[in-house]
Amino acid sequence: MATTPTVPARGPAGAPGTMRLGPRTRLRRPGILPGFGISLGYAVTYLSLIVLIPLSAVFLKAATAHWSDFVAAATSPRVLASYRLTFGASFVAAAIDSCFGFLVAWVLARYQFPGRRVADAVVDLPFALPTAVAGIALTSLYAPNGWLGRLLQPLGIQVAFTRLGVVVALAFIGLPFVVRSVQPVIEELGSDIEEASASLGANSWQTFSRVIFPTVFPALLTGFTLAFARGLGEYGSVIFISGNMPGKTEITSLLIVTKLEQYDYAGATAIASVMLIASFSLLIVINSLQARTRRYEERA
Amino acid sequence: MRPAANNPLPVRCASSPLVRRILIGAALLFLTLFLLLPLAAVFAQALAKGWGAYLDAVRHPEALAAVRLSLQATVIAVGLNMVFGLMAAWAIARFSFRGKSLLITLIDLPLAVSPVVSGLIFVLLFGLHGWFGGWLDEHNFQILFAVPAVVIATVFVTFPFVARELIPFMQAQGSEEEEAALVLGASPWRTFYSVTLPNIRWSLLYGVILCSARAMGEFGAVSVVSGHIRGVTDTLPLEVEILYNEYNFTAAFAVASLLSLMAVVTLVVKKCIEDRAHIRGGQT
Repeated sequence: MATTPTVPARGPAGAPGTMRLGPRTRLRRPGILPGFGISLGYAVTYLSLIVLIPLSAVFLKAATAHWSDFVAAATSPRVLASYRLTFGASFVAAAIDSCFGFLVAWVLARYQFPGRRVADAVVDLPFALPTAVAGIALTSLYAPNGWLGRLLQPLGIQVAFTRLGVVVALAFIGLPFVVRSVQPVIEELGSDIEEASASLGANSWQTFSRVIFPTVFPALLTGFTLAFARGLGEYGSVIFISGNMPGKTEITSLLIVTKLEQYDYAGATAIASVMLIASFSLLIVINSLQARTRRYEERA
Repeated sequence: MRPAANNPLPVRCASSPLVRRILIGAALLFLTLFLLLPLAAVFAQALAKGWGAYLDAVRHPEALAAVRLSLQATVIAVGLNMVFGLMAAWAIARFSFRGKSLLITLIDLPLAVSPVVSGLIFVLLFGLHGWFGGWLDEHNFQILFAVPAVVIATVFVTFPFVARELIPFMQAQGSEEEEAALVLGASPWRTFYSVTLPNIRWSLLYGVILCSARAMGEFGAVSVVSGHIRGVTDTLPLEVEILYNEYNFTAAFAVASLLSLMAVVTLVVKKCIEDRAHIRGGQT
């Protein structure tokens, strides 16, 4: 057996006030646990091989292009139209998800009713269902002769093969992000602050808008951003329902695929690096939002 | 104020019964129309021409080949990413070192890369004009538009799934039990096998379930690198796309119904683990 570790962390004789950690003392006891080198080495090597080196290929490839070619490829009218559609539809879809996701999260967190557990499991369906399956299923539902399309047709609403279809597909994919961000916060909230607010004379609308909503808002914003970010890159669920008309219902992901199929690797890379920069920026936003929510939870 | 009800509510709610009923009704109606109806549509369309046509479509040699390739890619991706997840979680949750939070961020990176771009990355690496394309061509290795690229793309896309379940779980757990085992003289391997592994088994299984579901269902990345050779490089989702684009709707939905069944099983198992191990449903 190796040397017994000297563990003065929590001395038997109380007086916690007198114990001070020096500036160089690590909070974790100096390790007797084995395997630091091999586990970290393996993790970093594997991460580099699978993720970091391949990912850098995109940026290095983009860097070999002339700046003017890069700009031309990344900002041609057809590409700009696809950005507008992708960002716009993702935004609208994330907004729809925020409304309905809030409702669903509220009901799941607050009320007990038959089928609650099933409903809770069903929320994750868009995570579990492959996107291509979601795509053809939504298309068949909203096509003019589909179960829902047939009802919407007389109202003059056409979903499949229009921009509205893109929004529907992205809202489907994004819903769980909002629910799963908001639900735990509502659960933590408890009903006592509502009761406090009500006992101080607030009506239920005031309680909602002044007490509940501001507390849940950071989580809702996180959910919105996650759904929006997911929408930007979505491919499988959209391409079937959108109809893919260049300049009209063509999303950016599809445009990248089209360029690749024409062996226009430089063009595809230019568009892809724009999308990568957008999603990495969103990743940073999401991380800081989540750090904020966590700080709030710890304070509470 | 009302006295506490007898039934064990998660949180006692202050809203009136009418508001409560309306909200529950609206939420359930929304979930049914928006999430369950598409699932129902898959099975309805798959069986639209009866069981005979369904079984023919599912037992078609190309569909079976797609099942085989999907399973193969899934097993490899889950295996590799599970070993990585265990290694990364051990390093991150049990030791403090510089750059730890950077490492955690980098592990999540593939989730921020869109599926199509994930595929593009490997086209740029292994394509004829890519970094390794010339060398591979000289030595007659076919990676792009062949099975290896399908597997690699799947590994990339599902990379963080096990690690991001294990890391927070093991961090919350602390290392006291492992330290106790080591102090009592257990070997490192024995400690891992009899202390760590039993403690993290549900969290590990949870990550594996999420990883497999994504690996089976990945579409965008695999579609870019596969080359769509029927019966050879087509996974199940790609087979669905091809059949659909050929207007062979019954067969497309029949193959899609296999993937939908997988999704339903995933949800059930996931829910069971969440209830059992008190893991909160995470984002994938």
